[in-house]
Amino acid sequence: MREFGYERALDVPGALALLDADPDARFLGGGTNLVDLMKTGVERPGRLVDVRDLPLDGIGTAEDGGLRIGATVTNSDLAAHPEVRRRYPALTQAVLAGASGQLRNMATVGGNLLQRTRCGYFADVTKPCNKRVPGSGCPAIEGEHHNHAVLGASGHCVATHPSDLGVALTAFDAVVTYETPGGPGELPLTEFYLPVGDTPHLETALPPGALITGVTLPPAPVAAASRYRKVRERASYAFAIGSIAAALDVRDGVVHEVRLAFGAVASRPWRARAAEAALTGAPAGAAAFAAAADAELAAARPLPHNGYKVTLMRNLVVAVLSELTEEATR
Amino acid sequence: MTTATTGTRTTGHAVGTAHTRVEGRDKVTGAARYAGEIPFTELAFGWFALSTAARGRVRSVESDAVLEMPGVLAVLHHGNAPRVDIDYVGMLGMPPDPTAAVFQHDRVPHAGWPVALVVAATSEQAREAAEALVVHYEEEPHDVTFAAGSEHPDAYSIPGPGGPGVTGKGDLEAELAASAVVLDAEYSTPEEHHNPMEPHAATARWDGGRLEVVDSNQGTLWVADELAKMFSLDPAAVRVRSEHVGGGFGSKGLRAHQVAAVMAATVLSRPVRVVMTRRQMFSLAGYRSPTNQRVRLGADAEGRLRALEHSSLSVTSTVHEFIESGAGPARVMYDAPAHHTANRVVRLDVPTPTFMRAPGEAPGSFALESALDELAEKCGIDPIELRVRNEPALGPVSGLPFSSRNLPACFREGARRFGWADRDPRPGLRRDGRWLLGTGTAAASFFAGAMPSTAAATAESDGTFTVRINAADIGTGARTALTLVAADALQVPTDRVRVRIGDSDLGPAMIAGGSMGTRSWAWAVTAAAEELRERLALSDAVPPEGITVRSDTTAAVGALTQKERHSFGAQFAEVAVDVATGEVRVRRMLGVFAAGKIVNPLTARGQFTGGMIWGISMALHEEAVRDRNTGAHYGADLAGYHVATHADVPLVEADWVDDPDPDDPVGIKGIGEIGIVGAAAAVANAVWHATGVRHRSLPIRPDRVLEAGVRA
Repeated sequence: MREFGYERALDVPGALALLDADPDARFLGGGTNLVDLMKTGVERPGRLVDVRDLPLDGIGTAEDGGLRIGATVTNSDLAAHPEVRRRYPALTQAVLAGASGQLRNMATVGGNLLQRTRCGYFADVTKPCNKRVPGSGCPAIEGEHHNHAVLGASGHCVATHPSDLGVALTAFDAVVTYETPGGPGELPLTEFYLPVGDTPHLETALPPGALITGVTLPPAPVAAASRYRKVRERASYAFAIGSIAAALDVRDGVVHEVRLAFGAVASRPWRARAAEAALTGAPAGAAAFAAAADAELAAARPLPHNGYKVTLMRNLVVAVLSELTEEATR
Repeated sequence: MTTATTGTRTTGHAVGTAHTRVEGRDKVTGAARYAGEIPFTELAFGWFALSTAARGRVRSVESDAVLEMPGVLAVLHHGNAPRVDIDYVGMLGMPPDPTAAVFQHDRVPHAGWPVALVVAATSEQAREAAEALVVHYEEEPHDVTFAAGSEHPDAYSIPGPGGPGVTGKGDLEAELAASAVVLDAEYSTPEEHHNPMEPHAATARWDGGRLEVVDSNQGTLWVADELAKMFSLDPAAVRVRSEHVGGGFGSKGLRAHQVAAVMAATVLSRPVRVVMTRRQMFSLAGYRSPTNQRVRLGADAEGRLRALEHSSLSVTSTVHEFIESGAGPARVMYDAPAHHTANRVVRLDVPTPTFMRAPGEAPGSFALESALDELAEKCGIDPIELRVRNEPALGPVSGLPFSSRNLPACFREGARRFGWADRDPRPGLRRDGRWLLGTGTAAASFFAGAMPSTAAATAESDGTFTVRINAADIGTGARTALTLVAADALQVPTDRVRVRIGDSDLGPAMIAGGSMGTRSWAWAVTAAAEELRERLALSDAVPPEGITVRSDTTAAVGALTQKERHSFGAQFAEVAVDVATGEVRVRRMLGVFAAGKIVNPLTARGQFTGGMIWGISMALHEEAVRDRNTGAHYGADLAGYHVATHADVPLVEADWVDDPDPDDPVGIKGIGEIGIVGAAAAVANAVWHATGVRHRSLPIRPDRVLEAGVRA
């Protein structure tokens, strides 16, 4: 590991100024991803600006009745918060499905959204990767890709976004708020991540020098009946090979409102709007759930070794929506 | 729960009584120092630069720029490193793996081959410089693809740890044709890695004309002997110590890091430490070869085998031969009028594989014990009954009698405790919510042997005893087991005995390997201690320098008659499978073993269950992935290479039946490896029972389960 500078910011303007002063500087949250990448040489910042002491660690009610979650709230605190558990249970489930207790105690909400892909080519500086070294190629397409993207990928990159938390936030229309030296701004999470295209190294729409200050969840009564299900190759401490955040409101046997987002299938948490549209107003049942999943997955472009993800996501849509339907009518 | 003691006051009953590790407190408080932690003045740090080419030649190593970097002291490579001798046969009767003899030529035989060692004042400086080091290669096309046996016409057979390459008797085709039931199935296991918790680490220094190496290994004399031969030194001029070892599993013999550390210490005339990173271990520490296996079984209507053929193909490197003897278990487990086994190997541009916990037996038992389960299904016979019906009277290949063979007793006790009698053999019937449930069983065996060792037992003038034996405690609890053995032989309480191990100056003794360590060492300790007790009975007082008695078991071990000597076991597993997501979770496991006298039930249980848990890992998780284009690993770390987590390990129980070895002074057989044998097959057989689908390729990943679905 090469030497780097470290500074601790005490307020948001101070953090922005420290970052602005050094083009080689990066914000440091819990460090659960960035520090690993620094050890392996994937990331080589000249200076770290630690934002963990910023006064952004609260969870409160927003003006519209939704929830405002500070950027430095730890995953553990987020998952345990009574309002999150009561109003957005899939969010708690998603957080608790990720990493380990120790990592969740360190990891922050802002950092979680900015974590990098766990693609093994990206993580290995001895191999090409368009995301790490633009133009060097994507060896995953002809190499190992059994846990790579089936939706929204390009011929330049097939990496997935690893967040669990982000999948639940995407289902609930979360909005990312940020500060820049020029003033504040916000981005819906569904627009936060850029399409892969031929620029997989450009990952978010955040302006340069911006600091994520928090995430706002609008009120969503449907989220009170929600579920996050994560499928992985072992029972704990592994990234998803497919996950789903779902919320369902069934009235008189008909889908009144549904929210669906997929994880581990695309370069971003994937909001399944085609499936939602197909389901809204449809009779709640396995056939409609499967048809909705197919409507979403028609866009899937699997590689030779990850086609199972299409089957997996279809099965997850049916299984989780069926569970939610059954629980609502119980 | 097992009641454990930290010191027994009564004498003669320490063996067989649970005892916490004598160094346990040091380990949990951090007082125990591991090889990479022991301080030395003037210590410098070496860091490997590994080849990114998979085959070819090193054209140039651009050392100059790196030598200007902060703290850098030297860059060793094939152009400037000391020459070593690799034309010798080592202590284990094998020539050295030339992979360990670093920097001797410009050839690159595989990706991850050491091309340079950068030495610097700090570990961080060495790493930064090693990663900045530019090496130019003349690359050649490489082949790292391991395919089905029929696609490797250049594969050949060699003897290995499991005996000869090929064995055969009887007319296979005729017996198959005459069989009422025939099974012909192919199985595969992936490349698997030891991944001991503690990475390989060695510090070398010259001290008054003597080479001293502080290391983490499975046998100090083994490493010292190889270093002496390689560097053409008088064996007495090399001392290797290895006090505490955080796991070895076969990977901790002579490796590149010790050789590179000695070279750097020689060139720089100061102590040099070389530690492998987890990623480097994937190409430098050895591994278990992938296997492609074919099993053909023919049986009469009652399930009695008429034909058995087991062939196993594995890989080795282009520079050294190591064969994973997957067909070995069939030579012990089952007999048939036509009985043929073959181990073959193919050379690829990959690192050399090596011994890994239960070499041959672990992957071989997966294929053979899955095949037996398939045969039981075809015959309509209970899988345990099928195995009991095929219990051989003599070694199927050797024709020798078994020293003891308590496999049926293991199955009886296991079946009783697991609730096997209530099992409905039909697959795909049991459900718990989204999970299909199933149970499976498999047999296990592992060679039980002893090797000559020497020991010294000293009666100190203060009434305590010191036992010196060059044993290695690689986390198994060997130091504690030997304390119990010595206490009983001396007929004193355990707290009056201290055991010194892990130092090549202590003299010749077996390595921690082959499940033979504790038995071999205990034999020598018993011999020395018993003689010392006799001497003490004749003397009035112990002089200030104490009374020391030495033993050497070479003659006694050599006098063992030729027999089939093995431990046996019965593995049971219950699994849950969600066929909609492909998830497989083990719900409970039970292993019952006939593995000789159990010295320390506390640590023995850990050994058995540790092996069984590794079997869960092998069945469901472990798989090193090689990138065909670069020839290097993909995801070579513990985030990419999955092992079972706590959440994957439910109720795992191990127990044993009475099975003292009649030819061992303590009755020991050895328990290091048998826990993993058959475990993966038991899990796979349970997955079939849950779903009706046979999974013949490990690991049983969600995508494989999803694509296989359920029985139509």
